[in-house]
Amino acid sequence: MAAPPHLEFERDMVELQEEIDKLLEMAEKKEIDVSRELAELRRRLGAMREDTYRNLSPIEQVQVARHPRRPYTLDYIQRIATDWIELHGDRAYRDDAAIVGGWARIGGHSVMLIGHQKGRDMKENLRRNFGMPHPEGYRKALRLMRLAEKFGRPVITLIDTPGAYPGIGAEERGQAEAIAMNLREMARLRTPLISVVIGEGGSGGALALGVTDQILMLEHAIYSVISPEGCAAILWRSAEHRDKAAHALKLTSDDLHALEVADEIVPEPPGGAHSDWDAAGEHLRSALLQNLESLEALSPEALLDARWRKFERIGAWKEDEGDE
Amino acid sequence: MAWFRKPKKPIQASERRDLPSDVFDKCEGCGEILYREKLLQNLKVCPHCDHHFMFSATEYVQVLSDEGSFEELGRGLRSADPLEFTDLKPYAERLAAAERKVGGGEAVVTGRARLDGNPVALGVMDFRFIGGSMGSVVGEKIARVGRLALEEERPLLLVSASGGARMMEGTYSLMQMAKTSAMLARLHEASVPYISILTHPTTGGVTASFAMLGDVHLAEPGALIGFAGPRVIEETIKQELPEGFQRSEFLSEHGMVDRVVDRRKLRETVCLLLGHMAPEWRSE
Ligand SMILES: [Zn+2]
Repeated sequence: MAAPPHLEFERDMVELQEEIDKLLEMAEKKEIDVSRELAELRRRLGAMREDTYRNLSPIEQVQVARHPRRPYTLDYIQRIATDWIELHGDRAYRDDAAIVGGWARIGGHSVMLIGHQKGRDMKENLRRNFGMPHPEGYRKALRLMRLAEKFGRPVITLIDTPGAYPGIGAEERGQAEAIAMNLREMARLRTPLISVVIGEGGSGGALALGVTDQILMLEHAIYSVISPEGCAAILWRSAEHRDKAAHALKLTSDDLHALEVADEIVPEPPGGAHSDWDAAGEHLRSALLQNLESLEALSPEALLDARWRKFERIGAWKEDEGDE
Repeated sequence: MAWFRKPKKPIQASERRDLPSDVFDKCEGCGEILYREKLLQNLKVCPHCDHHFMFSATEYVQVLSDEGSFEELGRGLRSADPLEFTDLKPYAERLAAAERKVGGGEAVVTGRARLDGNPVALGVMDFRFIGGSMGSVVGEKIARVGRLALEEERPLLLVSASGGARMMEGTYSLMQMAKTSAMLARLHEASVPYISILTHPTTGGVTASFAMLGDVHLAEPGALIGFAGPRVIEETIKQELPEGFQRSEFLSEHGMVDRVVDRRKLRETVCLLLGHMAPEWRSE
């Protein structure tokens, strides 16, 4: 099997891991005891990993959020839910595989789980369009959310997309209308809504699943109005300045928690979600359970009221007095 | 019987270099040189080819309200530059330059007005202010004019012209899509009529939020309206876009707008619609 792809800042860790592997191999061949050296190397690796992941620059966070080994929606569903049954189609045009959705059970809660779905390889990515939905994907999501509302079940959305697909068919079928309608309708669904940005929260295509009572972000996820590459191309006139754009856009979970866009940060295992899918799933599951408990205690009226106030507050402005 | 007429050659700008540019305009549609005053009387629509020249926020306010009835609200709102954003230029400087250009305010003008004597809530975007981009101030002003419509039961009219989100405000600008749409959810539940008027150009986050949430969508002829900008699409699909793609007529054909309306008919169309949709509406 080919070595899993790694990121530039992971090189030292990859080298240390190779050292550990070599030592193990040698020990086995020569039947010598290396347990002390091994423990020391492993301790160093653990410390290095923790240190690196605690000090990622914004553009490194972007890379982690897009890591090809990062768990995707269906990987989480497998780990956090039982009784999963996927439902398909928008009832108008087709089934968009860039968004998956269906019933799932988390703890004692039956929920509608919906998420963007990226592909793991080229073949799957062609089918799933790299997690970039067409209008019918958003319309399927809305159909499923209304289904959840009908039966009084909460909705959980997992956000992980570079953005809504910019293509001819997408425009013809009303990409803008589909996203807008989700924003408006999510704002008035009479059932608890929780969104979690698990990887890339790319612009309007992400937000179309994100108008929720609680907005969670995984520790190394990002949420942004535009990709750092796109922003750099426009404002710095070259995509090469993506590191500057990533910094300026304030797109990390820490930034967004400080700006009160993200309500809660869900911790990832040291080394990021891609280093331990099960542990990442466990963190996500416990965060979801807690939020489900507190939201399900509220009446639909209280939920809507709080949701409206939440989005009414969002933003930052100054107001000159006496200018009215 | 047009065939026997001598073909009229439009006056070329080069032949009339001596024309003062504050008296004449050249039509981008047909090349005809037009008297500014005649053009203004015609609501900046070319009398020869119906090309719609860009209209300012103030001009739309004039068309969509009774004379002297507009009462502007939220003019004191300014961007707080929450990210202290700097690219090649500080955002604060871009804001100051934009304010100078449009004479204060932001990328949308909002307020109360009367239309044929009836109360309305009105918002008009101004493309000259950082490309009509939506940041926190635009979101807040749209939300406030929405709340005004809700509380005073006034029909809401929003005229869009926008390049999309104000990326210098990061995720706050993205969230204005949610904020404005959430306010429209409340209008929707209260059956307060909302007419969305889409003008050239309306793309990105504004299209994908309040501009596409009208009870009725009216679009000006030839306006570029879409989610993604044409350049982004071309780069993605590596293919040239068909003629007329993302223009009002294309959206109409694909069922995304109710009517493509000539600016000279805009006011009467809005009044006709509100006569059906607004319970207390009185026609003059
Ligand atoms: Zn003309």
